[in-house]
Amino acid sequence: MPITPSRRQLLAGAATLLATPAILRVRRAHAADPVKVAGVHASPVENAWNSRIHSAMQAAAADGLITYEFSEGVSATDYPRAMREYAEAGAQLVWGESYAVERDARAVATDYPETAFLMGSSGGPQGDNFGVFGTRNHEAAYLAGMLAAKMSQTGTFGSVGGYPIPEVNMLINAFRAGVSEVNPDAKFLNGFIGAWFDPAKAKEAALAQIDAGADILFGERIGTADAAKEAGIKAVGSLIDYTPRYPDTVFANAIWNYRPTIDAIVKDIAEGAATGRDYTEYSFMKYGGNELVFVESMVPADAIPAMQEKQAAIQAGAFDVPIDESEPA
Amino acid sequence: MIEALEILTTASLWAAVLRIATPLIFGALGALICERSGVLNLGIEGIMTLGAMIAWLAAYQGADLWVALAAAAAAGACFGLLHAVLTVPLGLSQHVSGLGITLFASSFTYYVYRLVVVVGDAPPTIEPFRPLAIPGLSDLPFVGPVVFAQTAPTYAALAAAGLCAWILARTPLGLAVRMAGENPHAVEAQGLNPLSIRTGAVVVGSALMALGGAFLTTAAFNSFFPQMVQGRGWICIALVVFAGWRPGKALLGALLFAFFDAYQLRLQHVVEGLPYQLFLMAPYLLSIVALIAVARRGRAPEALMAPYRRGER
Repeated sequence: MPITPSRRQLLAGAATLLATPAILRVRRAHAADPVKVAGVHASPVENAWNSRIHSAMQAAAADGLITYEFSEGVSATDYPRAMREYAEAGAQLVWGESYAVERDARAVATDYPETAFLMGSSGGPQGDNFGVFGTRNHEAAYLAGMLAAKMSQTGTFGSVGGYPIPEVNMLINAFRAGVSEVNPDAKFLNGFIGAWFDPAKAKEAALAQIDAGADILFGERIGTADAAKEAGIKAVGSLIDYTPRYPDTVFANAIWNYRPTIDAIVKDIAEGAATGRDYTEYSFMKYGGNELVFVESMVPADAIPAMQEKQAAIQAGAFDVPIDESEPA
Repeated sequence: MIEALEILTTASLWAAVLRIATPLIFGALGALICERSGVLNLGIEGIMTLGAMIAWLAAYQGADLWVALAAAAAAGACFGLLHAVLTVPLGLSQHVSGLGITLFASSFTYYVYRLVVVVGDAPPTIEPFRPLAIPGLSDLPFVGPVVFAQTAPTYAALAAAGLCAWILARTPLGLAVRMAGENPHAVEAQGLNPLSIRTGAVVVGSALMALGGAFLTTAAFNSFFPQMVQGRGWICIALVVFAGWRPGKALLGALLFAFFDAYQLRLQHVVEGLPYQLFLMAPYLLSIVALIAVARRGRAPEALMAPYRRGER
């Protein structure tokens, strides 16, 4: 029987044949070459939260694990476009934060099934390629609270937050739980400033708490420690290490490490596994996703052993820091 | 309830009022000068952002803080000049040009900042203005820590309000500015040029706006964030309207807004069971109510937003 292919079949066949080496090359690339990552930051990359991700990405790039390019300060109206551009340009992983653009970001992921997306999100994962992560440095905040409890003279602890979203609430509540474990009679104050980047206002909110008797402040927002410094009291930092910036003020920092999350998703991509899952667990202390960094000379010596014991219990999985997403009063 | 009233007697509340009010005073005065000459300047939010960055950047490069403020004012004046050229001689829409200036100045600010500052974990810091201890006066009970322990820009803001009120009400220059906003034809009839008066007013007003932004990075805080002006410019625009275009009332309005803000931050810790949003909203709501009462008879400059074209009747 003679083979008489139609013109269309011939064209399709030729195209497949031509594309085969390209497909093979892509497959091989997954195994050896660094994964092409594009970051779309909604804020400038030196904002505390973004800076943790940005520096972890840079470190991963320096290790040859990924290649990393990024955009910063991308507004919500521009956000899906930036995601698409990177996906079109051949990024294997588009990293971003979809809090303000959930629907659009998920639509983009559906349009590019071959590209992995990893988004900071309040929602769950979607499909095979839309992975999400949450910010978890609450365990370190709990440990910081245990240290802080021994340092307060007034027994009143303040905290300044941006907005009462789950990730902020659980952080402040974990700090409080840590304080309460050591000092059950502790009194807590909290102020939300209704802005992510208004350090002048965060500072005023913190000063108001100092007026109300607080002598340890948990600074979810930058600006808090400035008030503590002015008033000569102590503060706890969150996400990044604030001690170099406020050497005699910030005695402990609940540091968030993003590298374990990067390692996890890069491994999934290399193995060809689906990346549409929740990567939050890699922010837990068990994976090295968060840690407490503190200045030993500023903390009473008798506060440290109990904290270290608890830290070991958390790492061993014997103790779970409670996750309380209710709005702190 | 007693506790809520007790807060009013604390010196730290009133000290916070002056601190919070300072950028608003500068911004509102700047907007007021522009509008009294007949030009609405919606570039304020961007110009404040620019001022915040330029002042910080100058200090970061080693300039004296006063030089830094001067640099911010000069940068604000440049963007003011741009707005003036577009709206005064060219007579374009003041709304469109103003919003364009805000978008341009904000993005330009971010761009310059990124060119100069290498990405780090947190924005770099400068040594900001310290509260001035005035010998003798700072030790006065209550009044000392409130009025005489502020940073220098706060005193400058209060002085600027006085100066602005005096110039507008009592000098030939002020009369010319007001006349340009009310009836530019009359200015022309006096042999003055309304276009140059308006241009000058917008340039000076924009310089003041930039100083308002500069306060945020050189006194209230010591780093720059691209979003840190956080709508203060728009509040200033509203303050001018509610102040009935009078400098004295604009000062009062800024202080009132700052008072509600400082008070709500403290009230949050005394009054329990109310959502925090209610407290955050209070300054805006109460200022509107209070200023409506004060400014019922306020009247906009007659020729506000009306471009003046020579020889047109």
